[in-house]
Amino acid sequence: MKDFGSIVAVVLLLAAVPLVTHSNVVLNFMVVALMTALFGQGWNILGGYGGQYSFGHAAFFGTGAYVTAVLQVRYGINAWFAFGFGIAGGALVGAVIGALTFRSGLRGSHFALVTLAFAEVLRIVASVAPMTGAGVGTLIKLDLRPIAFQFQSRAVFYWIVLLLVAVALLTTRLIERSRFGAWLVAVRENEDAAKALGVDVAAVKLGAMVISATITAAAGCFYVQYFLFVDSAIAYGTWISIEALLTPIIGGVGTVFGPLVGALVTKGLGETAQALAGDAPGLDLVAYGVVLVLVIAFLPRGLSRAGERLLRSRVLPRGEAGHG
Amino acid sequence: MADVPLVAVDNVSRRFGGLLAIKGVSFAAPAGRITALIGPNGAGKTTLFAIIAGFLKPSAGRVRYCGEDVTGEPPHRLARRGIARTFQIVQPFAGLSVRDNILVGAFLRHRSRAAAHAAAESVAHEVGLAGVVDRPADTLTVAGRKRLELARALATEPKLLLLDEVLAGLNPSEIRDIVPMIRGLCDRGISILMIEHVMQAVMRLSEHVFVLAEGSIIAEGTPAQVAADTKVIEAYLGHGAASKLGATHA
Repeated sequence: MKDFGSIVAVVLLLAAVPLVTHSNVVLNFMVVALMTALFGQGWNILGGYGGQYSFGHAAFFGTGAYVTAVLQVRYGINAWFAFGFGIAGGALVGAVIGALTFRSGLRGSHFALVTLAFAEVLRIVASVAPMTGAGVGTLIKLDLRPIAFQFQSRAVFYWIVLLLVAVALLTTRLIERSRFGAWLVAVRENEDAAKALGVDVAAVKLGAMVISATITAAAGCFYVQYFLFVDSAIAYGTWISIEALLTPIIGGVGTVFGPLVGALVTKGLGETAQALAGDAPGLDLVAYGVVLVLVIAFLPRGLSRAGERLLRSRVLPRGEAGHG
Repeated sequence: MADVPLVAVDNVSRRFGGLLAIKGVSFAAPAGRITALIGPNGAGKTTLFAIIAGFLKPSAGRVRYCGEDVTGEPPHRLARRGIARTFQIVQPFAGLSVRDNILVGAFLRHRSRAAAHAAAESVAHEVGLAGVVDRPADTLTVAGRKRLELARALATEPKLLLLDEVLAGLNPSEIRDIVPMIRGLCDRGISILMIEHVMQAVMRLSEHVFVLAEGSIIAEGTPAQVAADTKVIEAYLGHGAASKLGATHA
């Protein structure tokens, strides 16, 4: 119970946000931040716990988004079912890419480059294939009914993405506590030693890839229901792959709350920089970049771990902090 | 079953490019004993271990375990069958605590976290790491890391334990501590095949020694027999060394 208490507390706290404010700006910000936390969490399971740094998580996000959109628009399938198929589609793409890369023993930078290549191939295919709407993209018809997975109120969308984030957080915690999780971390730390202890390295990586892809795809499905539009540059764009890895790295790679903290901080930072920069184009991105560099340079283990350390050093008397 | 050796290497060769590192080696280690594999540097001992544990495939020959042909099986499957190895160059999961390191091994036989925890705890106690289980593995001393290698391997509850120079780099008092521990493992039914350079320990622990030099077995027997063997002395000290030693003794 102790393991899950903090997750329940954080989720309940976040669930109260729409009760406190009705500002669409705030809610929109929070929806986007939570969606980023969601695909960041997906990346975190494979990259943070498993040590397999993917540069192509857009492959899963985009597949989730496209499957959800195309099934509704071209085949008239109910949005909720399309959402489910979108998640399954992302998981399938994860299984295929995982089987191909891990079977051939790709590690480190080779793995990163090949995942990037997969995402790019999908982007190019999606930008020319008639089924995806090619260059024009796919627009979901406005139909503000719950049965169509569309809501008048942003608060409902907010609670839905929060529910997805909650499931991802709990999944991560369960993995952390399980045999699979111990093996996954062992693979990250030292593959040869893991093998010697009976860990089927390829199977563990593949499992992590599928879970990772599933969570990331869910974010893609959510994206398309929220914005009702997708094209290849959005769905399979490199920005998704980069945010997916940046978010947990800033927040704390291989921690349960890392992606959530990272998403809130980076998105908040982006908004603040934009507001402060005013008319000067690009200045917000410069400020954003500088802060990212500083965080990575001085807090290489991420914000959530740094926060934990700070908290402990305040609570415990001097000298005891850091021990035990 | 008593006649079937626990592990038997049958005419195994291994080639690395133009180098034949192992040349048709055959030997067997019986169950319930400590068997030692010694030999000068570069003899191919670690390569042979890697072949037995599944990390390398032999270019020719077979490996049998409990009478079954296990040649070329991947290491994780051999670990499930009961073969555990330690690494000559220690390979801790550096970012994890000592407990979590051992836990990875314990999960092989215990699915639930509680059971694996209990098993890991008892192994930590057995190898004398009980006091440091919460420390990060990379803060251990050399002796501590060697113990951790041993602990992780033991946590998989092996039938056959392959020890690759667990005593190398330890001081005499640390060796004195670990030798009885290895003896104790054998006493509780774990068969051991060890590569070792510390001859004093080989003498005290094993009943049967194989000597590997330049990829071939050149001698076998009790520790005393191989230590007196002319070919063994020459393999270590160079051609003609045995007769010179004999001359000074005379």
